[in-house]
Amino acid sequence: MAESLLSLRINGEAVSTAAPSHWTLLEVLRYRLDLIGSKQGCDKGDCGACTVQINGEPVLACLTLAATAQRGEVRTVEGLSWAPEASQGCHPLQDAFDRWDAAQCGFCTPGILMAAEALLRKRAAVVTRDEVREALAGNLCRCTGYTKIIDAVVDASEVVFGQRGDESTDDSAQQTGS
Amino acid sequence: MLRLPQFGVELPETVDAVVALLRDNPSARIVAGGTDILPNLKHRLDEPPKLISLAMVRELRTIELDASGEGSDLVIGAGMTLTEVSEHPLVREHFPSLAKAAGLVASPLIRNMGTIGGNLNLDTRCRYVNQTHFWRQALGGGCLKSEGNVCHVVPKGRNCVAAMSSDCVPVLISQGAVIEQVGTANEAGKRSVPAGEYFRADGLRHTVREDGELTVAIRLPLPSTPRRSAYAKWSVRQSIDFPLVSVALRFDLDQDSPHGVVQGLTVVAGVLGAKPRLVTKLDDALGKKLSDPALSRIVSERVHKQCKPLENVPFEAPYRRQMLAVYTRRAIEALTAD
Repeated sequence: MAESLLSLRINGEAVSTAAPSHWTLLEVLRYRLDLIGSKQGCDKGDCGACTVQINGEPVLACLTLAATAQRGEVRTVEGLSWAPEASQGCHPLQDAFDRWDAAQCGFCTPGILMAAEALLRKRAAVVTRDEVREALAGNLCRCTGYTKIIDAVVDASEVVFGQRGDESTDDSAQQTGS
Repeated sequence: MLRLPQFGVELPETVDAVVALLRDNPSARIVAGGTDILPNLKHRLDEPPKLISLAMVRELRTIELDASGEGSDLVIGAGMTLTEVSEHPLVREHFPSLAKAAGLVASPLIRNMGTIGGNLNLDTRCRYVNQTHFWRQALGGGCLKSEGNVCHVVPKGRNCVAAMSSDCVPVLISQGAVIEQVGTANEAGKRSVPAGEYFRADGLRHTVREDGELTVAIRLPLPSTPRRSAYAKWSVRQSIDFPLVSVALRFDLDQDSPHGVVQGLTVVAGVLGAKPRLVTKLDDALGKKLSDPALSRIVSERVHKQCKPLENVPFEAPYRRQMLAVYTRRAIEALTAD
């Protein structure tokens, strides 16, 4: 099938590439632009491993036609490194995931980072564990059991927006059973 | 990896352009958020030569009050995302059960993409249909709704019983919503269809939408009397899943209080067959107080009696039937919480 020309904006840069018109954004990112951070998991919207942001909203690249992604600003996990809040090429969320061992196999991590980044940006405050659970409800992780992922996102929000007040944090103890 | 079949993509910017494209390309399919049709195409349930995307049609993306008619209506553009519908202050104020249903669809990521128009027109689903082509071949070549000619849910059945699985539809019917269609093959080129008349008991073609039609808006008449409404959904996980049981309830009361007297009620159940079921014979529930335990008993008993789930989605039908009554009772009890 004939390829059509796409004009996308990805991580702040204008990108032009040719791709078959039935390709998804995920296919264009991975197989035309070598942006392989966004992962191809279930490929039908169940797992969230392909999560990217379009105009700041976390969406599924596997269910976004590349042609329709031309309407907005696409942001992938690669773009986190040069976010204003990043230091030494590492976003506070990535740093927190490292410190909390929130990634095991790491396949779901890019998608989770993009969903979590949108949460932190929209809330612009220290987030609660319930808010993190809700925001990440479309991202499956088969390794960690989620506890450390939630720990890491809450921690990152504390790093970016200041320390938590007197709100209870004891449900982490319940979660781990410790 | 699930590849899409080959197709061309059109990106019209106006409703008129969409209607013209639909007229000129009878086999084209509409794609709004893409979260329903793209997995179905990846599963080869259809191979349209062309997709008409609504992504660039700005006029579908409004929510506003319209007081031009007899009463006031809330008009929701079909292109509003489910996230936007669930969070919108006017929806939350006037139609809390719709805000709840829209907020329970799938996952936050899918709600950021999927639209209310798409959820309304969501294709029916069945455990024997929404699988890969390979899976269906292993079953012996599909079924009535895919590439076969048998039904695996109702042996020897000739009528597809795939389930209407939209969270918003039972609520829209219960709230008296009206579907605004354009591109209709009539003189006006448009029509308004009450949500209660929009669905058909045929899983292959479960709405009265004409091939050339586009849903542009959903019109909801604002309540003129006190009303309490609920939507209850049971699914295995609290996220991502389609409902296995769903019920929308609407109580019109003499006052907005748990002790308000029920003057009218509407109960609509989904995920049975292709058509949502309006529960009937509820007259002896009228005149009872919302907080009266007899009310929730009567309504959940009628729901259980009239709604007979099929083995078209996961979990045993008798269990789902039981859960439908349980979730109905709990939803009514939750309405009396304050």
